[in-house]
Amino acid sequence: MRAGQASSQVKKILKQLNVSPNIIKRVVVALYEGEVNIVAHAFQGKIYVDIDTDKIRVVLDDVGPGIPDIEMAMKPGFSTASPIVREMGFGAGMGLPNIKENTDKMKIASVVGVGTRLEFEVNLKE
Amino acid sequence: MKLRELAELVNGNVVCCHHRLDSEVEYAFASDLMSDVLTVRVDKLLLITGLANMQAVRTAEMADIQAIIFVRNKTVSEDMINLAEDNGIVLIESPFTMFRASGLLFGKGVKPVY
Repeated sequence: MRAGQASSQVKKILKQLNVSPNIIKRVVVALYEGEVNIVAHAFQGKIYVDIDTDKIRVVLDDVGPGIPDIEMAMKPGFSTASPIVREMGFGAGMGLPNIKENTDKMKIASVVGVGTRLEFEVNLKE
Repeated sequence: MKLRELAELVNGNVVCCHHRLDSEVEYAFASDLMSDVLTVRVDKLLLITGLANMQAVRTAEMADIQAIIFVRNKTVSEDMINLAEDNGIVLIESPFTMFRASGLLFGKGVKPVY
């Protein structure tokens, strides 16, 4: 189970760039939740991280089953995670709400049977 | 509270990062659910958990958690130790239940998150 490796790399880069610890935590917590979602639900995925002077923009693109009802998926406590994902300590239906909580802008688009694209931004100025 | 003192209190076996035992924690959060742990926003945080897998250490890495106590006699794997070493996260194995470990720490002034 390798979920977290991408988030870990991004955290190291943000540290090197002297981004404030509070911002780093918000970015990597949101990213890690998104990374776990890809591992938990999708077949494959790609993560794009764009670090600008005023904001960090992240896109998580996956090939997977998609989300039939995004509004439902955003509700705290709603989850379709498998028992294996729950054994990892996830699947409590807190992922997407927590990503929203930690970011300044969040957008999610999904096509059932194709995949999901999650985009979020965190402003660098607190 | 200093991590060294805290490890003694829970009859703990420190398996990673002895050099960090003089660090202090102020808050603790006890949970086997990493989804809930990731919603915690405070600093100087200790995690008390029975979930002994890589995700517990990864969660600590992302959420800037300084130390993890693994309760109920759970053992820590070599992979977990390697990841914790990379990130300076103290790992402690405790034979106590989550309730007992939490109670002891609470009694000594470690604060709840909410």
